[in-house]
Amino acid sequence: MTELTLVQAVNRGLRVALSSDPDVLILGEDVGVNGGVFRATEGLQKEFGPDRVIDTPLSETGIVGTAIGMALYGLKPVAEIQFMDFIYPAFDQIVSELAKMRYRSGGQYPCHVVVRTPYGGGIRGGLYHSQSTEAYFAHTAGLKVVIPSNPADAKGLLLTAIHDEDPVIFLEPKRIYRSVTGEVADGDYRVPFGKATVVIEGTDVSLFAYGAMVPPTVEAAQTLLSEGISAEVVDLRTLVPLDEKAILASVEKTGRAVVVHEAARFCGFGGELSAILAEKAFYSLKAPITRVTGYDTPFPYALENSYLPNPARIAHAARTAARTQ
Amino acid sequence: MAKAASSKTESHGLADAFPEERIVELYRTEVLARVMDERCLTLQRQGRIGFYVPLAGQEAAQVGSGYALDPSDWIFPAYRELGLALVRGVPVKSLIDQFVGNSADLTKGRQMPNHYAFREQRFVSASSPIGTQITQAVGAAMAAKKRKDPIVTITFFGDGATSSNDFHAGLNFAGVFAAPTIFFCQNNGWAISLPREKQTLSRTLAEKADAYGLPGVVVDGNDVRAVYRAVREARARALAGDGPTLIEAQVYRFGPHSTSDDPSRYRAEEAVRKAREHDPVVLLQSELIRTGILTKDSDAKIWEELKAEVARAIEAAEKTPAMEPLSFFDDVFAQPTPALEEQKASFEQLVREGVLRP
Repeated sequence: MTELTLVQAVNRGLRVALSSDPDVLILGEDVGVNGGVFRATEGLQKEFGPDRVIDTPLSETGIVGTAIGMALYGLKPVAEIQFMDFIYPAFDQIVSELAKMRYRSGGQYPCHVVVRTPYGGGIRGGLYHSQSTEAYFAHTAGLKVVIPSNPADAKGLLLTAIHDEDPVIFLEPKRIYRSVTGEVADGDYRVPFGKATVVIEGTDVSLFAYGAMVPPTVEAAQTLLSEGISAEVVDLRTLVPLDEKAILASVEKTGRAVVVHEAARFCGFGGELSAILAEKAFYSLKAPITRVTGYDTPFPYALENSYLPNPARIAHAARTAARTQ
Repeated sequence: MAKAASSKTESHGLADAFPEERIVELYRTEVLARVMDERCLTLQRQGRIGFYVPLAGQEAAQVGSGYALDPSDWIFPAYRELGLALVRGVPVKSLIDQFVGNSADLTKGRQMPNHYAFREQRFVSASSPIGTQITQAVGAAMAAKKRKDPIVTITFFGDGATSSNDFHAGLNFAGVFAAPTIFFCQNNGWAISLPREKQTLSRTLAEKADAYGLPGVVVDGNDVRAVYRAVREARARALAGDGPTLIEAQVYRFGPHSTSDDPSRYRAEEAVRKAREHDPVVLLQSELIRTGILTKDSDAKIWEELKAEVARAIEAAEKTPAMEPLSFFDDVFAQPTPALEEQKASFEQLVREGVLRP
């Protein structure tokens, strides 16, 4: 075990994959000599060479398109998109090609690419270095969507992603790249997809979060505990596949649900989660399902702390739900 | 740059001259493509297939380029590459199965006609978005190079695709990484209704290669030998580690863009009539008869045989059972997610209850 930050855990995960499987390679902008703008790939080109940690020209469609070709040929490419906000030139490749290749070829051409990209606000990144648009990808059939919230999960989920058989959009919460540290096992280990984790057990209200929203949600739960409200915090870890069983089990126990994400509210993932709860846990509900999310504005630079859900907003929503009988 | 590259190419030589002894075989493949094209347009009009993308006018470009490849080379096609599929040895029945969307369709009835995939022939899945296959071909070539496999990848696209993001990204990446790729552009003059001269101000499409530091070559796409040689040469360059080549094969799209298109809205029949004077199938037919390799009778026999073969394949494809109704839930992932399993079960339930009749 080693104490690591989240971004270090990503780096270790990539290193394990590169060491253990010659078919794994990394490609992206500034990932080689520079080690990535967040240093997620630091030292890897030096260790594994420029043919396995490839600095590409500045073109996201080029990065994902070539990664698809590599995967079709049998390699296991891990493509880095520098910021999720810059993924859109590759949207066509991801949505029209990567997500559909296995399906449209009748299973003849599986296409396993991992697209890693840092997402989310809280780093003073403004409109174009802050967005959280996981819903676009979760909405597309054929993509798995993974969002770790801590160093141990970041490494374990990343290794699962790299050895999966399907395309994975791996979203890294850059806001907590360095602010969160934790014990991370050495070597290769895998955290399975589709298994949510109960971070804090509780009985009065269920708080659902993922990625960078897990720490403020935990903080809110701790505040609530001091007020005598027992909040359960569930970290979804993967949006596709979704651990419906864990979500339903929690709400069947507490009868109240608050969904937290920093993405904009309208058509955000919280809408899907709320619909699932309304369809399948209706008779367990004692209070309306509520969402604590980013607002339906573009992402504001100077006022990002007003935009992002924080422990106060989360606790307020949970408190309101818990008081509803 | 183009000049420097072509002088390099000369060192590879044209070791393999055109295989004249196979010329009738190539001609037969062109005729087969033409026969299928005509039959499939009729099938679509009769409502027996849902859609069709004709290739008439592009037979020599496809057969000549396909013939120049090794069976181990990978093809990243667009959706007009019927002749190419045939020259790769894809059975006529397999193609018709895909057009019909029956249970023998290797794409399992999921894609429109012409958007096929034949893994055995290293013929990668075609999609409808324009140009997306170009960067993919580059990636596969980079992978082949990494594994030191002595193969090339070749990608097919039209004149319209030279305006796409992936054309730019693909040529740029391929140049930077010296990927063993051939960019084979069939410039058929039209991107649906947009004529070639309104697609780009560039004098030729091949000259776009210059900006990426690659050689660009223009060939007469109606000349099967010229196409063959251009691809052989590009292939030799790629295998020698000298990187990619852009080939512009100049052809003409005789038919509509697809069966959903009405070209009378945007072009004069006169232009088509003129282009048909250089019909690649007719050109080769006349030559073979003129030089005595074929007679009018032996040629007629070829056409009759191939028409009969296509008719048999259509009959067999139409007799092949339909797709299994629940199969559309398969292959989204290697293993279905719980959510998908639930949706499939709910569909089955609706069928059991008689709400749905698949």
